[in-house]
Amino acid sequence: MSARDDILSAVRLATGGGAALGRSAVARAFDERLAKPTANLIPERGKGTPAELLVRFIAESEAAAATVARVAGRSGIPAAVADYLAAHGLPRRVRAAPALKDVPWPEGIGIAVDYGKADADTPVGLSCAVSGIAETGTLVLPSGPATPTTLNYLPDVHIVVLETASIVGSYEDAWSRFREEAAGGDFMPRTVNWITGPSRSADIELILLLGVHGPRRLHILLLDGQDA
Amino acid sequence: MDATSHRFRDNARHALANGRLKESLASFTKTFPEKRQKVIDRLPEFDALRDEGVRIKNHVLANLDFYLERFEAKATAAGAQIHWCRDAAEARETVLSICRAAGARTVTKSKSMIGEEIAINEFLESNGVRPVETDLGEYIIQVRGESPSHILVPAIHLKGPDIAQTFREKHTALPPGRALDEPEAILREARTVLRGEFLAADVGLTGANMLVAETGSIVVVTNEGNADLVMSLPKVHVAVASLEKVVPTLEDAATILRLLARSATGQDITAYTTFATGPKRPGDPDGPDEFHIVLLDNGRTAMLGGEFRDMLRCIRCGACLNHCPVYAGIGGHAYGWVYSGPMGSVLTPSLLGAHQADDLPNASTFCGKCEQVCPMRIPLPTMMRHLRERQFTTGGPAAKGRGALKVWAFFARRPALYRRATALAIGALAFLGGGRGRFRRLPLTSAWTGPRDLPAPQGRTFQALWAERRRRKP
Ligand code: SF4
Repeated sequence: MSARDDILSAVRLATGGGAALGRSAVARAFDERLAKPTANLIPERGKGTPAELLVRFIAESEAAAATVARVAGRSGIPAAVADYLAAHGLPRRVRAAPALKDVPWPEGIGIAVDYGKADADTPVGLSCAVSGIAETGTLVLPSGPATPTTLNYLPDVHIVVLETASIVGSYEDAWSRFREEAAGGDFMPRTVNWITGPSRSADIELILLLGVHGPRRLHILLLDGQDA
Repeated sequence: MDATSHRFRDNARHALANGRLKESLASFTKTFPEKRQKVIDRLPEFDALRDEGVRIKNHVLANLDFYLERFEAKATAAGAQIHWCRDAAEARETVLSICRAAGARTVTKSKSMIGEEIAINEFLESNGVRPVETDLGEYIIQVRGESPSHILVPAIHLKGPDIAQTFREKHTALPPGRALDEPEAILREARTVLRGEFLAADVGLTGANMLVAETGSIVVVTNEGNADLVMSLPKVHVAVASLEKVVPTLEDAATILRLLARSATGQDITAYTTFATGPKRPGDPDGPDEFHIVLLDNGRTAMLGGEFRDMLRCIRCGACLNHCPVYAGIGGHAYGWVYSGPMGSVLTPSLLGAHQADDLPNASTFCGKCEQVCPMRIPLPTMMRHLRERQFTTGGPAAKGRGALKVWAFFARRPALYRRATALAIGALAFLGGGRGRFRRLPLTSAWTGPRDLPAPQGRTFQALWAERRRRKP
């Protein structure tokens, strides 16, 4: 017998015989759940009006050591990035997600911008999140042709664009959005990254240090409108 | 790693004598429970979420074959390759053959308990493939040739200067005069060295915190971001997971994620939670070309059918270690295998066989704290008691107390004799104990009096005192 058959029959033996135990009922219930996803208990902090969720999202992401700036619209992104880099004396070289190609970078802003996945020495990554989850201040970043994953991890500085309208309450709400968009098809990209604050470790004497392998800084640009 | 669980007594004695270890453990077993309590106070639904977590896991375990098959079908459809492995040897061979097929010389690894369980590092190394741990703590102990002492903070037994010394010996290409006094400097050095490894690796090896049957995704959580580099830079990604990690839906995963980090590190959620589904898609600029998932049994199906099934609900959060007075005293290495603390005391005998870990279930004060904090409400003390009972009938260490109990039973059935014998013995002990009122050493009881003093009796038996009290009361 193959290892697969061996293991599955051992599981069936241990759980009392598989099909005899009404697996078809379990299968039916599971398929129903997939067709009409049902959440388990969602804590109160994952619920609220859009205004409440916005406040909570900002508070929670700041508690996780991220910083947040409000921006009027997409055309405000370059100035917000320039301000942030200047304020912290960071390199003015940005690798952005191709999804942000429509952002107009004015001549003379003094920032070199190109697009694509990150290299080992990319100092600043600029990417965009599809949702922000208020309950823990978590950003949701799916991979895709226009949204390379490495931008989220290789650079020392990570700046993320998030529309205020994309803030949801709970993890479950974030999954609902994926499902709605896929309209019944397969909705999982290669990877979905949930990011809450910058990279950290307490491995040396339990002292909290930021920027271990991932970014040392996580800065969120909250876009209040489609454009200014 | 080679298990030394059967040498628990020696291991524990060494650990107790290690002052620095004691110091680290003391600060650690104070900090983590405090942090956990703080985040839980912010989530009034925590206990209700625990009930949900238990329900989800129990349902999966009762229908494990179904959810494994569903997971396999979805993961395969997304382009992942599934490898079923009965035991550690099969899993090691599978990982090696994937590495060989990829022509791999270097494998980057993200911390995985299953990786430790199957001792993959030693195996790869002896076959010419170089594994590099990338979790900061794991990397430190790997270059020191040690094993993790805690499932979340593997280098908890080390201080900054120990690590600096190790880095100086290991990173010989760097200037010898560099400053490594600050933890920050140690961190920067590790980051720089490991950056090179991330980019050079041909294969990335991770564990998985969960497998989602709905989508065929694996879920991996870290705080450093290392797992994400391991999963997205090399051209091949291999995830090794044991069978019980499967959950039905993304909603179920969300529920368990609400419990995991809070119980583990006292965070609401870890910095990075990643859902990985199959290899790179057409048009994707990054990600691996191949994605392999090793589904490992290695004793789980046996546990599933036995009295320790509940242990398979374990999500490896480490809360039971962080709150355990025995773990706080001796640390993780004394347990002698991958899993330490209360969860190790149950898992190690279940996975390695009771004879390999006789003393572990006895390493408990039965204070019950582990069960109180376990997010999955695993009845750890009851399980340890069962293991002890089993030992008693099969002649393990718990049976060694049997001789003494027989002597006691002989006297207990003969009350008059018992009174005379105890009065005599206690009088003698009180006399021998002298003015100090304590014994440092007593013949035949060195196991007890070795690490602690035995208070000397005050000269009268309980029965004598009781009789006197009855006489005085009208
Ligand atoms: S037994 Fe419970 S507390 Fe211990 S690691 Fe497992 S889930 Fe966490």
